[in-house]
Amino acid sequence: MKPLEYHAPTSLDEAISILKAEGSQAAALSGGTDLIIQNRARPLDLAHMVDIKRIPELNVLEYDAKNGLRLGAAVPCYKVAEYEPIVRLYPALAEGAELIGSIQIQSRATVGGNICNGSPAADTICALIVLSAICAIRGPDGNRDVPAVDFMVGPGETALKPGEILVEMRLPPPPAQSSNAYLRFIPRNEMDIAVVCAAANITMDDKGVTCTAATVAIGAVGPTPILVQAAGAVLTGAKLDAAAIAKAAKAASAAARPIDDHRGTVEFRTHVAGVLTRRTVELAAQRIKEDAK
Amino acid sequence: MSTNRMVSTTINGEDMALIIDDRMTLLDALRDRAGLTGTKEGCLSGDCGACSVIMNDRVVDSCLVMAAEAEGAAIVTVEGLADGTELHPLQRRFLEQAALQCGICTPGFLVTAKSLLDRNNNPSAAEIRLWLAGNLCRCTGYDKIIRAVEGASADLRAAKG
Repeated sequence: MKPLEYHAPTSLDEAISILKAEGSQAAALSGGTDLIIQNRARPLDLAHMVDIKRIPELNVLEYDAKNGLRLGAAVPCYKVAEYEPIVRLYPALAEGAELIGSIQIQSRATVGGNICNGSPAADTICALIVLSAICAIRGPDGNRDVPAVDFMVGPGETALKPGEILVEMRLPPPPAQSSNAYLRFIPRNEMDIAVVCAAANITMDDKGVTCTAATVAIGAVGPTPILVQAAGAVLTGAKLDAAAIAKAAKAASAAARPIDDHRGTVEFRTHVAGVLTRRTVELAAQRIKEDAK
Repeated sequence: MSTNRMVSTTINGEDMALIIDDRMTLLDALRDRAGLTGTKEGCLSGDCGACSVIMNDRVVDSCLVMAAEAEGAAIVTVEGLADGTELHPLQRRFLEQAALQCGICTPGFLVTAKSLLDRNNNPSAAEIRLWLAGNLCRCTGYDKIIRAVEGASADLRAAKG
Protein backbone atom coordinates (compact mmCIF):
# COMPACT_ATOMS: atom_id res chain seq x y z
CA MET A 1 0.00 0.00 0.00
CA LYS A 2 1.36 3.35 -1.12
CA PRO A 3 2.19 5.95 1.55
CA LEU A 4 -0.52 8.49 2.20
CA GLU A 5 -0.51 11.84 3.91
CA TYR A 6 -3.64 13.22 5.53
CA HIS A 7 -4.12 16.98 5.63
CA ALA A 8 -6.76 18.87 7.61
CA PRO A 9 -6.54 22.48 6.43
CA THR A 10 -8.70 25.07 8.15
CA SER A 11 -8.75 27.53 5.25
CA LEU A 12 -9.81 27.26 1.63
CA ASP A 13 -6.56 28.76 0.36
CA GLU A 14 -4.52 26.18 2.23
CA ALA A 15 -6.63 23.31 0.85
CA ILE A 16 -6.42 24.67 -2.70
CA SER A 17 -2.65 25.09 -2.51
CA ILE A 18 -2.18 21.44 -1.47
CA LEU A 19 -4.58 20.17 -4.15
CA LYS A 20 -2.85 22.32 -6.78
CA ALA A 21 0.67 21.27 -5.75
CA GLU A 22 -0.11 17.54 -5.62
CA GLY A 23 -2.34 17.32 -8.71
CA SER A 24 -3.79 13.89 -9.41
CA GLN A 25 -1.97 12.47 -6.37
CA ALA A 26 -4.37 14.39 -4.12
CA ALA A 27 -8.11 14.41 -3.56
CA ALA A 28 -10.49 16.33 -1.35
CA LEU A 29 -11.93 14.18 1.45
CA SER A 30 -15.46 15.09 2.48
CA GLY A 31 -17.59 12.28 3.93
CA GLY A 32 -15.22 9.68 2.48
CA THR A 33 -17.99 7.21 1.71
CA ASP A 34 -16.98 7.10 -1.96
CA LEU A 35 -13.36 8.30 -1.82
CA ILE A 36 -12.06 5.90 0.84
CA ILE A 37 -13.62 2.91 -0.95
CA GLN A 38 -12.27 4.00 -4.33
CA ASN A 39 -8.79 4.60 -2.97
CA ARG A 40 -8.81 1.17 -1.32
CA ALA A 41 -9.58 -0.41 -4.69
CA ARG A 42 -6.35 1.30 -5.85
CA PRO A 43 -7.26 3.04 -9.10
CA LEU A 44 -6.85 6.39 -7.36
CA ASP A 45 -3.58 5.50 -5.63
CA LEU A 46 -3.65 8.75 -3.70
CA ALA A 47 -0.62 10.16 -1.89
CA HIS A 48 -2.62 12.95 -0.26
CA MET A 49 -6.09 13.25 1.22
CA VAL A 50 -7.17 16.80 1.93
CA ASP A 51 -9.92 16.73 4.56
CA ILE A 52 -12.13 19.73 3.82
CA LYS A 53 -14.48 19.34 6.80
CA ARG A 54 -12.58 21.79 9.01
CA ILE A 55 -12.97 24.67 6.55
CA PRO A 56 -15.71 27.02 7.84
CA GLU A 57 -17.01 28.06 4.37
CA LEU A 58 -17.81 24.43 3.55
CA ASN A 59 -19.96 23.98 6.66
CA VAL A 60 -22.44 26.77 5.95
CA LEU A 61 -26.11 25.77 6.16
CA GLU A 62 -28.45 28.75 6.10
CA TYR A 63 -31.67 29.91 4.51
CA ASP A 64 -33.32 33.26 4.20
CA ALA A 65 -36.31 34.27 2.10
CA LYS A 66 -34.35 36.86 0.14
CA ASN A 67 -31.25 34.87 -0.81
CA GLY A 68 -32.46 31.31 -0.61
CA LEU A 69 -30.39 28.38 0.62
CA ARG A 70 -26.65 28.15 1.07
CA LEU A 71 -25.48 24.57 1.51
CA GLY A 72 -21.77 24.08 2.24
CA ALA A 73 -20.17 21.22 0.36
CA ALA A 74 -19.09 19.43 3.57
CA VAL A 75 -22.47 19.42 5.36
CA PRO A 76 -23.45 15.78 6.00
CA CYS A 77 -26.64 14.36 4.52
CA TYR A 78 -28.41 13.81 7.84
CA LYS A 79 -28.21 17.55 8.56
CA VAL A 80 -29.56 18.34 5.09
CA ALA A 81 -32.49 15.94 5.52
CA GLU A 82 -33.29 17.37 9.00
CA TYR A 83 -32.94 21.08 8.20
CA GLU A 84 -36.44 22.53 8.45
CA PRO A 85 -36.23 25.04 5.56
CA ILE A 86 -34.97 22.29 3.26
CA VAL A 87 -37.71 19.87 4.29
CA ARG A 88 -40.35 22.57 3.82
CA LEU A 89 -39.13 24.39 0.72
CA TYR A 90 -36.76 22.04 -1.08
CA PRO A 91 -38.25 18.61 -0.26
CA ALA A 92 -36.67 17.06 -3.37
CA LEU A 93 -33.24 17.78 -1.90
CA ALA A 94 -34.18 16.35 1.51
CA GLU A 95 -35.56 13.25 -0.21
CA GLY A 96 -32.34 12.75 -2.18
CA ALA A 97 -30.11 13.30 0.84
CA GLU A 98 -31.98 10.89 3.10
CA LEU A 99 -31.94 8.11 0.50
CA ILE A 100 -28.15 7.92 0.31
CA GLY A 101 -26.96 4.72 1.97
CA SER A 102 -27.58 3.75 5.57
CA ILE A 103 -27.80 5.80 8.76
CA GLN A 104 -24.03 5.27 9.07
CA ILE A 105 -23.43 6.61 5.56
CA GLN A 106 -25.73 9.59 6.16
CA SER A 107 -23.65 10.58 9.17
CA ARG A 108 -20.73 11.13 6.83
CA ALA A 109 -21.78 11.46 3.18
CA THR A 110 -22.31 14.99 1.90
CA VAL A 111 -24.35 16.47 -0.94
CA GLY A 112 -21.15 18.12 -2.17
CA GLY A 113 -19.34 14.80 -2.27
CA ASN A 114 -22.34 13.12 -3.88
CA ILE A 115 -22.11 15.41 -6.89
CA CYS A 116 -18.29 15.61 -6.98
CA ASN A 117 -18.25 11.80 -7.27
CA GLY A 118 -19.85 12.42 -10.65
CA SER A 119 -22.21 9.45 -10.75
CA PRO A 120 -25.18 9.94 -13.07
CA ALA A 121 -27.14 7.93 -10.50
CA ALA A 122 -26.28 10.34 -7.65
CA ASP A 123 -29.32 10.87 -5.46
CA THR A 124 -29.02 14.64 -5.04
CA ILE A 125 -28.09 15.88 -8.50
CA CYS A 126 -31.57 15.75 -10.10
CA ALA A 127 -32.98 17.78 -7.20
CA LEU A 128 -30.18 20.34 -7.47
CA ILE A 129 -30.79 20.67 -11.21
CA VAL A 130 -34.55 21.25 -10.95
CA LEU A 131 -34.04 23.62 -8.02
CA SER A 132 -31.68 25.73 -10.20
CA ALA A 133 -28.75 25.27 -7.82
CA ILE A 134 -25.51 27.10 -8.54
CA CYS A 135 -22.29 25.33 -7.60
CA ALA A 136 -19.82 27.84 -6.17
CA ILE A 137 -16.28 26.75 -6.99
CA ARG A 138 -13.00 28.17 -5.77
CA GLY A 139 -9.61 27.35 -7.20
CA PRO A 140 -6.12 28.69 -7.79
CA ASP A 141 -7.55 31.22 -10.27
CA GLY A 142 -10.32 32.46 -8.01
CA ASN A 143 -14.07 31.89 -7.82
CA ARG A 144 -16.49 30.73 -10.46
CA ASP A 145 -20.08 29.55 -10.53
CA VAL A 146 -21.35 26.55 -12.46
CA PRO A 147 -25.07 25.71 -12.71
CA ALA A 148 -25.82 22.25 -11.26
CA VAL A 149 -27.04 21.12 -14.69
CA ASP A 150 -23.50 21.64 -16.06
CA PHE A 151 -21.60 20.28 -13.05
CA MET A 152 -21.37 16.67 -14.20
CA VAL A 153 -19.71 16.25 -17.58
CA GLY A 154 -19.39 12.45 -17.82
CA PRO A 155 -19.49 9.34 -15.62
CA GLY A 156 -17.19 10.18 -12.71
CA GLU A 157 -16.22 13.48 -14.29
CA THR A 158 -17.19 16.95 -13.13
CA ALA A 159 -16.57 20.54 -14.15
CA LEU A 160 -13.94 20.85 -11.38
CA LYS A 161 -10.46 21.60 -12.72
CA PRO A 162 -7.27 20.54 -10.94
CA GLY A 163 -6.89 22.38 -7.65
CA GLU A 164 -10.53 23.47 -7.55
CA ILE A 165 -12.93 22.83 -4.67
CA LEU A 166 -16.72 22.87 -4.60
CA VAL A 167 -17.40 25.35 -1.78
CA GLU A 168 -21.18 25.51 -1.60
CA MET A 169 -24.40 25.12 -3.49
CA ARG A 170 -26.73 28.12 -3.67
CA LEU A 171 -30.43 27.53 -4.29
CA PRO A 172 -32.69 30.48 -5.09
CA PRO A 173 -35.72 31.00 -2.83
CA PRO A 174 -38.66 29.05 -4.25
CA PRO A 175 -41.46 31.13 -5.80
CA ALA A 176 -44.92 31.17 -4.19
CA GLN A 177 -47.22 28.31 -5.28
CA SER A 178 -44.30 26.01 -6.07
CA SER A 179 -43.01 22.69 -4.82
CA ASN A 180 -40.76 19.85 -5.86
CA ALA A 181 -40.13 16.14 -5.38
CA TYR A 182 -37.52 13.45 -5.97
CA LEU A 183 -38.10 9.72 -6.44
CA ARG A 184 -35.88 6.83 -7.42
CA PHE A 185 -36.52 3.25 -8.41
CA ILE A 186 -34.56 0.53 -6.59
CA PRO A 187 -35.46 -3.15 -6.29
CA ARG A 188 -34.98 -3.07 -2.49
CA ASN A 189 -36.36 -0.89 0.29
CA GLU A 190 -33.05 0.62 1.42
CA MET A 191 -29.34 0.70 0.76
CA ASP A 192 -29.20 0.76 -3.01
CA ILE A 193 -28.19 2.89 -5.98
CA ALA A 194 -30.86 4.34 -8.26
CA VAL A 195 -31.74 2.25 -11.30
CA VAL A 196 -33.58 5.36 -12.48
CA CYS A 197 -34.29 8.60 -10.62
CA ALA A 198 -36.22 11.76 -11.33
CA ALA A 199 -36.97 15.16 -9.81
CA ALA A 200 -39.59 17.74 -10.70
CA ASN A 201 -40.09 21.37 -9.69
CA ILE A 202 -43.49 22.89 -10.40
CA THR A 203 -44.88 26.40 -10.04
CA MET A 204 -48.64 27.08 -10.37
CA ASP A 205 -50.52 30.33 -10.92
CA ASP A 206 -52.17 32.14 -8.00
CA LYS A 207 -55.35 30.14 -8.39
CA GLY A 208 -53.46 26.85 -8.41
CA VAL A 209 -54.96 25.92 -11.77
CA THR A 210 -52.36 26.48 -14.47
CA CYS A 211 -48.70 25.51 -14.31
CA THR A 212 -46.51 28.57 -14.89
CA ALA A 213 -43.11 26.89 -14.70
CA ALA A 214 -41.91 23.29 -14.66
CA THR A 215 -38.52 21.62 -14.59
CA VAL A 216 -37.88 17.89 -14.80
CA ALA A 217 -34.55 16.07 -14.52
CA ILE A 218 -33.85 12.35 -14.78
CA GLY A 219 -30.79 10.39 -13.66
CA ALA A 220 -29.12 6.99 -14.15
CA VAL A 221 -30.38 7.01 -17.73
CA GLY A 222 -27.36 8.52 -19.45
CA PRO A 223 -23.69 9.41 -18.91
CA THR A 224 -24.82 12.51 -17.00
CA PRO A 225 -28.15 13.51 -15.45
CA ILE A 226 -30.55 14.92 -18.04
CA LEU A 227 -32.59 18.11 -17.79
CA VAL A 228 -35.68 17.22 -19.82
CA GLN A 229 -36.55 20.56 -21.36
CA ALA A 230 -39.36 19.07 -23.47
CA ALA A 231 -41.10 17.85 -20.30
CA GLY A 232 -40.93 21.30 -18.73
CA ALA A 233 -42.20 22.84 -21.96
CA VAL A 234 -45.33 20.67 -22.23
CA LEU A 235 -46.26 21.31 -18.60
CA THR A 236 -45.71 25.07 -18.66
CA GLY A 237 -48.98 26.81 -19.48
CA ALA A 238 -50.97 23.58 -19.05
CA LYS A 239 -53.45 22.52 -16.42
CA LEU A 240 -51.76 19.63 -14.68
CA ASP A 241 -54.26 17.02 -15.86
CA ALA A 242 -53.46 13.42 -16.71
CA ALA A 243 -53.01 14.20 -20.42
CA ALA A 244 -50.41 16.93 -19.85
CA ILE A 245 -48.53 14.85 -17.30
CA ALA A 246 -48.56 11.85 -19.65
CA LYS A 247 -46.97 14.03 -22.34
CA ALA A 248 -44.24 15.09 -19.92
CA ALA A 249 -43.63 11.44 -19.00
CA LYS A 250 -43.35 10.55 -22.67
CA ALA A 251 -40.86 13.38 -23.18
CA ALA A 252 -38.74 12.05 -20.30
CA SER A 253 -38.73 8.52 -21.73
CA ALA A 254 -37.75 9.98 -25.11
CA ALA A 255 -34.87 11.92 -23.53
CA ALA A 256 -33.52 8.90 -21.62
CA ARG A 257 -30.32 7.39 -23.03
CA PRO A 258 -29.73 4.50 -20.63
CA ILE A 259 -27.37 1.56 -20.84
CA ASP A 260 -28.17 -2.11 -20.25
CA ASP A 261 -26.58 -3.45 -17.10
CA HIS A 262 -27.25 -5.89 -14.27
CA ARG A 263 -29.46 -3.33 -12.53
CA GLY A 264 -31.80 -2.60 -15.42
CA THR A 265 -32.31 -2.91 -19.15
CA VAL A 266 -32.58 -0.06 -21.63
CA GLU A 267 -36.26 -0.80 -22.13
CA PHE A 268 -37.03 -0.88 -18.40
CA ARG A 269 -35.10 2.28 -17.59
CA THR A 270 -36.67 4.17 -20.49
CA HIS A 271 -40.13 3.22 -19.26
CA VAL A 272 -39.40 3.98 -15.61
CA ALA A 273 -37.98 7.42 -16.48
CA GLY A 274 -41.49 8.28 -17.66
CA VAL A 275 -43.21 6.71 -14.66
CA LEU A 276 -41.03 8.58 -12.18
CA THR A 277 -41.51 11.82 -14.09
CA ARG A 278 -45.27 11.43 -13.81
CA ARG A 279 -45.06 10.60 -10.12
CA THR A 280 -42.69 13.44 -9.20
CA VAL A 281 -44.84 15.97 -11.08
CA GLU A 282 -47.97 14.66 -9.33
CA LEU A 283 -46.23 14.69 -5.96
CA ALA A 284 -44.96 18.26 -6.42
CA ALA A 285 -48.47 19.38 -7.51
CA GLN A 286 -49.98 17.63 -4.49
CA ARG A 287 -47.55 19.45 -2.19
CA ILE A 288 -48.54 22.82 -3.64
CA LYS A 289 -52.18 22.01 -2.83
CA GLU A 290 -51.30 20.93 0.70
CA ASP A 291 -49.19 24.04 1.28
CA ALA A 292 -52.14 26.18 0.16
CA LYS A 293 -54.37 24.72 2.90
CA MET B 1 6.90 9.02 2.67
CA SER B 2 4.39 7.60 4.98
CA THR B 3 3.23 9.89 7.69
CA ASN B 4 2.80 8.86 11.30
CA ARG B 5 1.02 11.06 13.75
CA MET B 6 -0.47 11.05 17.19
CA VAL B 7 -4.23 11.26 17.35
CA SER B 8 -5.90 12.32 20.59
CA THR B 9 -9.41 11.00 21.04
CA THR B 10 -11.78 9.95 23.76
CA ILE B 11 -12.70 6.29 23.42
CA ASN B 12 -15.49 4.97 25.64
CA GLY B 13 -15.00 7.93 27.93
CA GLU B 14 -11.24 7.51 28.27
CA ASP B 15 -8.75 9.99 26.80
CA MET B 16 -6.41 8.14 24.48
CA ALA B 17 -3.46 9.10 22.30
CA LEU B 18 -2.85 6.70 19.44
CA ILE B 19 0.15 6.64 17.13
CA ILE B 20 -1.27 6.00 13.68
CA ASP B 21 -0.12 5.81 10.10
CA ASP B 22 -2.09 8.16 7.83
CA ARG B 23 -3.13 5.20 5.68
CA MET B 24 -5.07 3.66 8.57
CA THR B 25 -8.80 3.85 8.98
CA LEU B 26 -10.47 4.41 12.31
CA LEU B 27 -11.30 0.69 12.25
CA ASP B 28 -7.59 -0.18 11.92
CA ALA B 29 -6.65 2.23 14.71
CA LEU B 30 -9.28 0.86 17.10
CA ARG B 31 -8.32 -2.74 16.50
CA ASP B 32 -4.55 -2.53 15.99
CA ARG B 33 -3.59 0.50 18.07
CA ALA B 34 -6.18 0.75 20.83
CA GLY B 35 -6.51 -3.04 21.11
CA LEU B 36 -10.29 -2.81 20.94
CA THR B 37 -11.07 -5.78 18.73
CA GLY B 38 -14.82 -5.84 19.39
CA THR B 39 -15.33 -3.69 16.30
CA LYS B 40 -15.27 -6.04 13.31
CA GLU B 41 -14.06 -5.72 9.75
CA GLY B 42 -16.65 -6.91 7.26
CA CYS B 43 -17.09 -5.63 3.73
CA LEU B 44 -14.83 -2.53 3.83
CA SER B 45 -17.32 -0.77 1.61
CA GLY B 46 -19.99 0.63 3.92
CA ASP B 47 -22.55 -2.08 3.17
CA CYS B 48 -22.43 -4.40 6.18
CA GLY B 49 -22.09 -2.18 9.27
CA ALA B 50 -19.93 -4.69 11.21
CA CYS B 51 -17.48 -1.85 11.93
CA SER B 52 -20.12 0.57 13.26
CA VAL B 53 -18.98 2.91 16.04
CA ILE B 54 -20.44 6.11 17.42
CA MET B 55 -18.32 9.16 16.57
CA ASN B 56 -19.40 12.50 18.05
CA ASP B 57 -22.92 11.15 18.72
CA ARG B 58 -23.44 9.80 15.18
CA VAL B 59 -23.08 6.17 14.18
CA VAL B 60 -20.54 5.70 11.36
CA ASP B 61 -18.84 2.87 9.51
CA SER B 62 -15.33 3.04 10.98
CA CYS B 63 -13.89 1.44 7.82
CA LEU B 64 -14.92 4.64 6.00
CA VAL B 65 -13.31 7.08 8.43
CA MET B 66 -9.61 7.84 8.26
CA ALA B 67 -7.97 7.38 11.65
CA ALA B 68 -6.52 10.88 11.47
CA GLU B 69 -10.04 12.28 11.25
CA ALA B 70 -10.66 11.09 14.81
CA GLU B 71 -8.51 13.90 16.24
CA GLY B 72 -10.54 15.50 19.01
CA ALA B 73 -13.49 13.15 18.48
CA ALA B 74 -15.44 11.17 21.08
CA ILE B 75 -15.79 7.52 20.03
CA VAL B 76 -17.99 4.81 21.52
CA THR B 77 -17.32 1.18 20.57
CA VAL B 78 -19.09 -2.00 21.63
CA GLU B 79 -16.63 -2.23 24.53
CA GLY B 80 -18.20 0.95 25.91
CA LEU B 81 -21.71 -0.43 26.25
CA ALA B 82 -21.42 -2.50 29.42
CA ASP B 83 -21.01 -0.77 32.76
CA GLY B 84 -18.20 -2.84 34.30
CA THR B 85 -19.60 -6.35 34.51
CA GLU B 86 -23.18 -5.07 34.12
CA LEU B 87 -24.30 -5.68 30.55
CA HIS B 88 -26.20 -3.00 28.65
CA PRO B 89 -29.90 -3.87 28.21
CA LEU B 90 -29.23 -4.37 24.50
CA GLN B 91 -26.54 -6.94 25.25
CA ARG B 92 -28.77 -8.74 27.77
CA ARG B 93 -31.68 -8.87 25.34
CA PHE B 94 -29.49 -10.06 22.46
CA LEU B 95 -28.41 -13.00 24.65
CA GLU B 96 -31.93 -13.68 25.88
CA GLN B 97 -33.46 -13.63 22.37
CA ALA B 98 -30.51 -15.51 20.85
CA ALA B 99 -30.26 -12.58 18.44
CA LEU B 100 -26.90 -13.81 17.22
CA GLN B 101 -25.38 -16.95 15.83
CA CYS B 102 -21.89 -16.51 14.42
CA GLY B 103 -21.58 -13.13 16.17
CA ILE B 104 -19.51 -11.18 13.65
CA CYS B 105 -22.25 -8.65 12.96
CA THR B 106 -23.32 -8.34 16.61
CA PRO B 107 -21.03 -5.52 17.79
CA GLY B 108 -22.17 -3.40 14.84
CA PHE B 109 -25.83 -4.12 15.56
CA LEU B 110 -25.39 -3.31 19.26
CA VAL B 111 -23.67 0.00 18.59
CA THR B 112 -26.12 1.04 15.86
CA ALA B 113 -29.10 0.06 18.03
CA LYS B 114 -27.61 2.05 20.92
CA SER B 115 -27.34 5.11 18.69
CA LEU B 116 -31.06 4.71 17.91
CA LEU B 117 -32.14 4.24 21.53
CA ASP B 118 -30.01 7.21 22.61
CA ARG B 119 -32.25 9.34 20.32
CA ASN B 120 -35.57 7.59 20.63
CA ASN B 121 -36.29 5.25 23.53
CA ASN B 122 -39.56 4.03 22.04
CA PRO B 123 -38.98 3.25 18.36
CA SER B 124 -41.49 1.26 16.31
CA ALA B 125 -40.42 -2.01 14.67
CA ALA B 126 -40.39 -0.17 11.34
CA GLU B 127 -38.12 2.55 12.76
CA ILE B 128 -35.79 -0.10 14.17
CA ARG B 129 -35.60 -1.89 10.80
CA LEU B 130 -34.90 1.36 8.98
CA TRP B 131 -32.20 2.42 11.45
CA LEU B 132 -30.54 -1.01 11.21
CA ALA B 133 -30.73 -1.19 7.39
CA GLY B 134 -26.98 -0.59 7.20
CA ASN B 135 -26.19 -3.64 9.34
CA LEU B 136 -26.24 -7.03 7.68
CA CYS B 137 -26.69 -10.36 9.45
CA ARG B 138 -26.48 -13.53 7.39
CA CYS B 139 -27.50 -15.89 10.21
CA THR B 140 -30.52 -14.78 12.19
CA GLY B 141 -33.08 -13.47 9.71
CA TYR B 142 -33.31 -10.23 11.76
CA ASP B 143 -36.55 -10.92 13.61
CA LYS B 144 -34.76 -11.85 16.83
CA ILE B 145 -32.58 -8.76 16.54
CA ILE B 146 -35.65 -6.55 16.19
CA ARG B 147 -37.26 -8.25 19.21
CA ALA B 148 -34.08 -7.76 21.23
CA VAL B 149 -33.99 -4.04 20.42
CA GLU B 150 -37.67 -3.71 21.30
CA GLY B 151 -37.01 -5.48 24.61
CA ALA B 152 -34.05 -3.25 25.40
CA SER B 153 -36.04 -0.15 24.60
CA ALA B 154 -38.75 -1.30 27.04
CA ASP B 155 -36.05 -1.96 29.67
CA LEU B 156 -34.59 1.50 29.21
CA ARG B 157 -38.00 3.13 29.51
CA ALA B 158 -38.77 1.10 32.65
CA ALA B 159 -35.41 2.03 34.19
CA LYS B 160 -36.13 5.69 33.52
CA GLY B 161 -39.43 5.28 35.31
